[in-house]
Amino acid sequence: MKAIVTVMLKQGVLDPQGEAVKSALGAMGFDGVTGARQGKVIELDLAEGTTEAQVGEMCEKLLANTVIESYRVEIA
Amino acid sequence: MKAAVVQFPGSNCDRDLAVGFRLAGFDVEIVWHKDASLPDGVDIVGVPGGFSYGDYLRCGAIAAQSPIMRAVADFAGRGGHVLGVCNGFQVLCETRLLPGVLMRNAGLKFVCRSEPLRVATADSPFTSGYAKGDAIAYPIAHHDGNYQIDEDGLAMLRAEDRIAFTYRDNPNGSRADIAGVLSGNRRVLGLMPHPERAVEASHGNEDGAAMFSALAGALVAA
Repeated sequence: MKAIVTVMLKQGVLDPQGEAVKSALGAMGFDGVTGARQGKVIELDLAEGTTEAQVGEMCEKLLANTVIESYRVEIA
Repeated sequence: MKAAVVQFPGSNCDRDLAVGFRLAGFDVEIVWHKDASLPDGVDIVGVPGGFSYGDYLRCGAIAAQSPIMRAVADFAGRGGHVLGVCNGFQVLCETRLLPGVLMRNAGLKFVCRSEPLRVATADSPFTSGYAKGDAIAYPIAHHDGNYQIDEDGLAMLRAEDRIAFTYRDNPNGSRADIAGVLSGNRRVLGLMPHPERAVEASHGNEDGAAMFSALAGALVAA
């Protein structure tokens, strides 16, 4: 089984990299980009029987810094 | 007096930090990230600058989970002194020994220069060699030094006088110009600027020497 973990900065946390992406797109002539947020995706290959709760624990302890980041887990 | 300096794969200021401690009279032992315990009789642990584990995932995140950092957290929990510089500050925040986080510099650039600072408190074993309000300079060299903390956390740092240094010309977007913070018991300091790069005449700046000599004085007396 696989888990796809998406880690994003929480709403309200300034994302300078996302801001840079947004302004680069604007400078290239792509009008209408009103916001860009940059995060990361971590794909985990897991032994059968690994629970979503265990993946949640991995996120809390390592994959995300929950002071500034939120995460989403998708089991595939 | 004995200092232990932690070495992670990717540390690059470990020897500089060792020199800073030695010049102040400490015996220094370098400890490896896979060690699960600190040497006997250690008075202070230095967590150096660099790019531990290639800054993978988040700066300091992997290092924070290393065996030696569990030992360092236990040491701090027993009232031990810990100094984290640059990447070491990031590691201490990731281990939650210090509050807040260090994010990408607001200007997105790596900033490397001599940085004008203000000593925000002299009430700690790290800063007692300065007077509150002193204008000093330490070198900085970082890409992720943008210190952020929530409103309540900032109020707590202020109320408890735990902001150790502030920038006089904020280079990275840090909240409230914060360059370094202390733990609640004032025995753990994390800061982005490098005091160990300003300890001898050949550095062109000796403002950092007062930190190491103050530590030596505090730990001899302890």
